[in-house]
Amino acid sequence: MTTQVPRAGETPQLPAAGSSTPGVALAGARFPGGPTLPDFDPMSLSRVVAQLANELFAAPIPAAGAPSPADGSALAAAPSGPSAPSAPLPPSSPASPAPTSANVPVASGVGDVDPRSPFDAPLDFSAITAPSDPFAGQGFDPALSLPLSLLDPRAPSPELPLPAPQGPPASPAVPTFDAFEISPTSDPSIRSLGNAPFDANVLKREFPILNEPVRGKRLVWLDNAATTQKPQTVIDRLSHFYEHENSNIHRAAHTLAARATDAYESARESVRRFLNAPSTREIVFVRGTTEGINLIAQSWGRRNVGPGDEIVISWLEHHANIVPWQMLCSEKGARLRVAPVDDRGQVILEEYEKLLGPKTKLVSFTQVSNALGTVNPLAEVIGMAKAHGVPVLVDGAQGAPHLGFDAPASGADFYAFSGHKLYGPTGIGVLWAKREHLEAMPPWQGGGDMIRSVGFDKTTFAPPPAKFEAGTPAIAQAIGLGAAVAWLQEIGVGAAIAHEREIVAYAEAALREVPGLRFVGTPRERSGAISFLLGDVHPHDVATIVDRHGVAVRAGHHCAQPVMKRYGIAATVRASFGVYSTREDVDALVGALLAAQEVFA
Amino acid sequence: MSELSDLYQEVVLDHGKRPRNYGPLDGATHHAEGLNPLCGDHLTVFARVEDGVVREARFAGDGCAISKASASVMTGLVKGRTQAEVDALYERFHALVTEGPVAAGDPESLGKLAVFGGVHDYPARVKCASLAWHTLRAALRGEGAPVSTE
Ligand SMILES: Cc1ncc(COP(=O)(O)O)c(C=O)c1O
Repeated sequence: MTTQVPRAGETPQLPAAGSSTPGVALAGARFPGGPTLPDFDPMSLSRVVAQLANELFAAPIPAAGAPSPADGSALAAAPSGPSAPSAPLPPSSPASPAPTSANVPVASGVGDVDPRSPFDAPLDFSAITAPSDPFAGQGFDPALSLPLSLLDPRAPSPELPLPAPQGPPASPAVPTFDAFEISPTSDPSIRSLGNAPFDANVLKREFPILNEPVRGKRLVWLDNAATTQKPQTVIDRLSHFYEHENSNIHRAAHTLAARATDAYESARESVRRFLNAPSTREIVFVRGTTEGINLIAQSWGRRNVGPGDEIVISWLEHHANIVPWQMLCSEKGARLRVAPVDDRGQVILEEYEKLLGPKTKLVSFTQVSNALGTVNPLAEVIGMAKAHGVPVLVDGAQGAPHLGFDAPASGADFYAFSGHKLYGPTGIGVLWAKREHLEAMPPWQGGGDMIRSVGFDKTTFAPPPAKFEAGTPAIAQAIGLGAAVAWLQEIGVGAAIAHEREIVAYAEAALREVPGLRFVGTPRERSGAISFLLGDVHPHDVATIVDRHGVAVRAGHHCAQPVMKRYGIAATVRASFGVYSTREDVDALVGALLAAQEVFA
Repeated sequence: MSELSDLYQEVVLDHGKRPRNYGPLDGATHHAEGLNPLCGDHLTVFARVEDGVVREARFAGDGCAISKASASVMTGLVKGRTQAEVDALYERFHALVTEGPVAAGDPESLGKLAVFGGVHDYPARVKCASLAWHTLRAALRGEGAPVSTE
């Protein structure tokens, strides 16, 4: 017999708003009550045996009869529309200093952490023993339908604000630091490039693609929020893996398996160090930010969110931090609440705080807005959530590459980021979660590598992180990501932050001089990205023209349609920066924008 | 390599800035919505068809210069044509924007469509140029659901 097992990575096709056939694609996806494991495959026996060997390491397993998640049948509780932004908007205070706690301090020290691989680490945590039906309640409900009222905010779309005069432009030469002090020249983690301090022009030479003409022009890559280019060291690391180490991991006695496993696990250690996490047990490799958030929604969310509960996000979120919660809310009869943003593109903290209450089960905020570049005041956001005992997920897709993240110091519970936005490969990302959460959470995908033992009557799961890494992972990509975070730390996250601030400040000042250019979002604290409109030239036309001048920017809604709607527009032009961005890149952008204006003059 | 001026020809810029046949059409017998989810372009195309012939066509909505110019030129060109003639014209337009002027055949009979001869060099913009056509054809076929380029 064949049991239909939906692959958890497969996002069901969402029905369009108003579709009369919601969830058709999902019908039949619910697990039947009978046997819940796929047909026995004799070929997998050796894997099972290998996994059983892991039990040698295992501590006694407390039979934690995992409580069945709340029944998801109570659906159709339409999430309310997002709260309207408070009007009148709080006066923007141009000269006010950036909030001192807006950034989570970046720690470069390892601290007293356990540097050993998870397989050496003391196994003082328990595996979950599956209840007789480990997947009970985990099927998608065929009635899944997404009330998309979120995307139709009942709030007025204010006029696009003109960039407010912001006092004297920050002197780019003297970057200021908020919560932490980094002196670019004294940070010991800064790589000495000869005797020179951080020099983006020198750094650029490490990126083959940035040294290759595109259409006969020097490539000016200002689409870093979409993906970053890769340094030679990351490219070499991938080749090295395939040339010298390629094997599946964790499950064979031969030499290459050991090499591959070592490399994979040391990548986990590199990521642990990057996040300053206390243990590699807390580092789960996923496909990217999107998968990390979906993992939390499907595993933690399904167990902890029930009818009437609320999840709080912000209006700045990327679709990846909206849709998984809509799916969860729709399934559970829970409600998605959205903290509004002011005209500058900053979350209105007072309004956010009002959304928190006894029904709030989770807060999920982005560290940095990919569409506007806003840095969220995470310390406040997390502090307010904690005051209500609410766990917090931070979407680090844009934050990790540009600000770093100190996981334990942040107070957050979950953090997700993507390798490809951090100078690493595509197809790999990281979910960090506090150990107690990972231990309590049920697995979300079943398969090899995530089990301790499999029997038809009982399956026990491996401890985290393996519990969440079913199947053969993206081994080479994980190793490449390890190389990327190590590379970034070698440069010095602090130095990178300082450099990018300088470039962003320079770019803001330079763009302000372009006639007819209007910023979309003028946050006090900005990182990585600047969104704007050029007169009434459509962003797509702008992007095409500047591309012909060798400048790659993005035009569109940046997967953040609610933000666009907040400003009453469909699209912006977005220039986004990275460690290798230079003033020359900004100058090239400005020149190309002037050329675009000429075409449409 | 083509020049930007091949894409943004004077006529294209002019139609993009001052689109003809813009606004709703009274007495429309057909209409459809077209959407390019990637860039947010959003058009509605209206047509009044009598005796199998398009008597009038107009469009409304928002988009980039290429999509507006294409809608503007198209609504002018299809007047007086049967659905079969519209389809035939579309085939030539499609060849023009995906493969270039040579594939599109006789430039004379292309008429005003020839101004889109530069589009094929800009693969990212083919959808912009085609949106209005897809939408019109959906309207003429009487399809209710919005057309999407994705
Ligand atoms: C803020 C934010 N969150 C989530 C994502 C999704 O990342 P990925 O597509 O790598 O999963 C992105 C990517 O653009 C992003 O900018």
